[in-house]
Formats: sequence, C-alpha cells, structure tokens
Amino acid sequence: MNALRVSWLYLKLGVLNELQYRVNFFVSLLQVAIALTTGLVVLALVYSHTEELNGWTQPELLCVLGIQILMGGVIRTSIQPNMIRLIEEVRDGKLDFTLTKPEDAQVLVSVREVRIWQVVDVISGAVVLGVGLSRITTGVGPLDALAFAVALLIGAVLIYCFWLVLATAAFWVVNMWHAVELFDGIFQTGRWPIGIYPPWLRFGVTFLVPIAFAVTVPAEALTSRLDWQTLLLALVFVVALFTATRRFWRFGLRSYTGASA
Amino acid sequence: MSVQPVAVATRRPGAFRSLVSFYLATMRMAVQEQFQYRTANYFYMLGMIAEPIIYLVVWTTIAEQQGGTVNGLSAGYFAAYYIVWTLVRNMNVVFGAPYWEQRIREGDLNRDLLRPVLPLHYDIAYFAGWKVVVIVLWIPLAFALSLLFDPALSPNAAQVATFAVAIWGAYLIRTMLQESLGMLCFWTTRGAAIFDLYLAAELLLSGRLVPMPLMPEWVQEIARFLPFQWAFYFPIESLVGDMSNVELLKGLGAQLLWILIGLAIFRIAWRYAIRRYSAVGG
Repeated sequence: MNALRVSWLYLKLGVLNELQYRVNFFVSLLQVAIALTTGLVVLALVYSHTEELNGWTQPELLCVLGIQILMGGVIRTSIQPNMIRLIEEVRDGKLDFTLTKPEDAQVLVSVREVRIWQVVDVISGAVVLGVGLSRITTGVGPLDALAFAVALLIGAVLIYCFWLVLATAAFWVVNMWHAVELFDGIFQTGRWPIGIYPPWLRFGVTFLVPIAFAVTVPAEALTSRLDWQTLLLALVFVVALFTATRRFWRFGLRSYTGASA
Repeated sequence: MSVQPVAVATRRPGAFRSLVSFYLATMRMAVQEQFQYRTANYFYMLGMIAEPIIYLVVWTTIAEQQGGTVNGLSAGYFAAYYIVWTLVRNMNVVFGAPYWEQRIREGDLNRDLLRPVLPLHYDIAYFAGWKVVVIVLWIPLAFALSLLFDPALSPNAAQVATFAVAIWGAYLIRTMLQESLGMLCFWTTRGAAIFDLYLAAELLLSGRLVPMPLMPEWVQEIARFLPFQWAFYFPIESLVGDMSNVELLKGLGAQLLWILIGLAIFRIAWRYAIRRYSAVGG
C-alpha cells in the first residue's frame, strides 16, 4: 500500500514538473501528427496492393496500429524515462541517493519519472483504435472488451519487466546508449499482426521482447480472435516474468558498488 | 572574424594536399575511435535492422498472397532490396542537423572556428571514417540476413561499380542537406519541428518505406525532382534492379548534381550564419 502512495506522490510531482514546460506539449503533438500520418500512409499503401494481410482487414489493422501507438505512449510516459534514468544513475553513481531511502528500491526506480506530455500518444492511439473499431462490422462484446483490458494490462507489465531486465544489465554493462534505439526499432514490429513474421522472429517478439503480448494479443481480443488459452498463457507468463525480474533486479543490485556520488 | 584564415588557407599552394592529409588523419582517427565502440555500434545497427525486416516481411506476405509478385516485384527482389537497404540506411547516417544546436549551445563551435579548416570538412571526414567501420560490421549482418531471407541478387560488374560509388554519393547528398538544415540552429532553438518534417518527407519520398514503383504514380513524379530518392532508392536499385548502363550513369549524375546544390546552399547559409554567431561559453 505504501508503494502505491509513493507512486501517486511521484506522479503528482512529475506532472507538476512537466507542466512548467508547455511548449513540449506542442512538440509532442507535432511528433504524434507525423508518426500518425506516416502510419496511415503505410497502411493505405499496403491495402492499395491487397485486400487483406494474413487474414486481417484494413480496419482491423487500424486497431492494431491504435493499440501500438497507445502502448508506445504508455512506455514513453513512464516506463522508458524511468529505466533510462536508472541506467544513467548506475553509471554515475547517483543511485546511492535512491538506495538510502526507506522504501523498496524497485518501486522507487520505477515511478520517479513521468513525461506527462507523452500522454498525447496514448490519446491519439485511443482515437485511432476507436476509428478502427467503428469500421469493424463484427462488433465487440462485453467479454471481448474485458479480455482486451486484461490483455492490455498484462502487456504493459510485461514490457515493464523487459525494460527492467535490460536496465538491470547496466550493473555489469556500462555502455547501454543504444538500448533505447534497439527497443524502439523492435517495438515497430507491433504494428503488424504477429502471424506474418517467420517463426524465429515470432518467438523473439513474443517471449524475448514481449511485444506480441503487448499489442497483438489485445488486438486479437477486440477482433474476437483470442482464445482463452492464449490469455491464460499470458497470465502465467506475466507472473513468471515478474517474479524472475524481481530476483534478477535484487541480484544485480548486489553487484552495485556506487561510484563517488 | 575567425573565418578569415580559412579563405586565405585554401588559396595557398599545397593547401589541397594538406586538406587531403587532414581528411586521411581524421578518418583514421574515426576508424580507431569507433572500432573501440564496436559493441555499441552493433547494437545501433541491430536496432536499425528491425525496420527493413518488418517492411520485407509485410511485402513478402503480400507477394505470396498474390501468387508471387506485387507490381511485378518478387519476394526475392524484396529480400535483396531490404538487405541492401540496411547498408544504404547506414550510409545515410551523417552529422545530423539537430547536433548543430548542441554545437552552438555548448560552445564547441568556438573551438571548431579556431581551426584553420571548416567544421564541414571535419564532419565529412569523421563520419566517412566511421562508415568504414560500419561497412566492415555490416558484412556479417548481410550474410546472416541473406541466409534468413533468400535474396535474388545477380548484379553485373557495372552495377557493382556504380553501387560502390553511389553509396558514397548518398552519404554526401545527405551530409550536405543535413548540414544545410542545421544552419537553422543559428536562428532558432526550435528547429526540431522542421527536422521532423524533413524526416517524414524523406521516409515517404526516398524509397526507405517501399521501392519507389510501389508508390502511386504522382508521388513518384514528385520524388523525381527531389533529392531524397537519389540518396536511397537509387543506390539500392543500382545493385538489385536491372538498370541499363545509361540509367546508372544518369543516376550518378543526379547524385553529383544534388551534392553540388546542397554544397551551394550550405555555403550561402554558412556565410550568413557565421555572421550572426556570437560565442557562448566554451
């Protein structure tokens, strides 16, 4: 409970901090507009040459795009900034200040940063998703919607775990500059249904970098493609990964020696 | 004031020779420096590889759904296109416009201006040296991708020769355009919006997204009169397509033209920019 209280406090602080820099809002807006336009152009291009892609129609892929943008927004609002800060603080030794605080260190390093303007991504993703849904003829039942919400939450936690594992590696590997670019590159695979990829890549973006769970599975829920086994698998996977991540984090922390902070 | 010695230096006899040795020394330094960071460089290149693999898989899927080809382009062609893409994309990494802001803000430019050589020369030489490391690192990557995706590639000697030149032409075109765009940083600190727009236009009009023939007719028509595709589609197509020797030469000519146009824009912009500049920190 205390963890939640601390998170809420940091969230408020982060929002207040970011609200000082209002121009960043317009920068975010422009970036979203550009990303959205290119995303839609690519979709239009693909569907100017074909009727459906691996069984997915254009409105259905619009939903996938919306969910990918939305999830990308969640990552850039909270997960990524926190993890980048963690990587940097391990390098220059500032993590000492966090470790001396009387609260669980994993909670602290996960909630300190909030880039509230990136919420623009979340909103625009939701809008794209809404437009996509309105064009789907099959309709979305209440059970589908519930499965979607659960799958989305599981996906976000999985991405968080993946990032924490990556950031924890900073305890041993100093040079992590390109981790962000690597992740951003791979995250783009989420724009397309996972089924089109060759098996090795499908495995990679499902279990190594859990993008399939973060984007495709929620999209499958909305388009009535999801079976309960997949959702169960996601649930088991998230519990296992979360536990493993926490152990790995503690293990990494033991080899942290501070660096003249 | 500090640009004065530059103009004098280039007119001195032997200036060209010393410029050549400056280039060689800077390139050698870049090779040594970047080779130390080979792991970081590899991560960077791996991050870039996701993008073409996605395009490749999408278009291969469509080709297969339609009995083998899209607009006459086969799955093997797409594989070759997007594998060569990865090298051309890396050749397109240059001293980016946004870094001019950093250069000005943090006062690095003061130091650069004290040197008897334009910063532009340093940027071209340093990144060219870096490219040597990138190309070496790229070879095993290309080999692995070829095993995974089965490209259809059978270039003749003229195509290989053109490609070897064209990737450096691409490098120079993009360098000139980015450096010119970077001059905006002397006037505004909000260049980011324009840089982002540039990147979006480049993505759509260069062939980075799809081979140009898949674009609508009118887009191809516009792209013909812009520099972007000469730095991206042309080098790739020179190797994987079936261009005639005349077309290859014309392409190289277009590259040269755009390099010169870019250089002219840069020189004019630089002259005004440097007059506006007042040093901060350093």
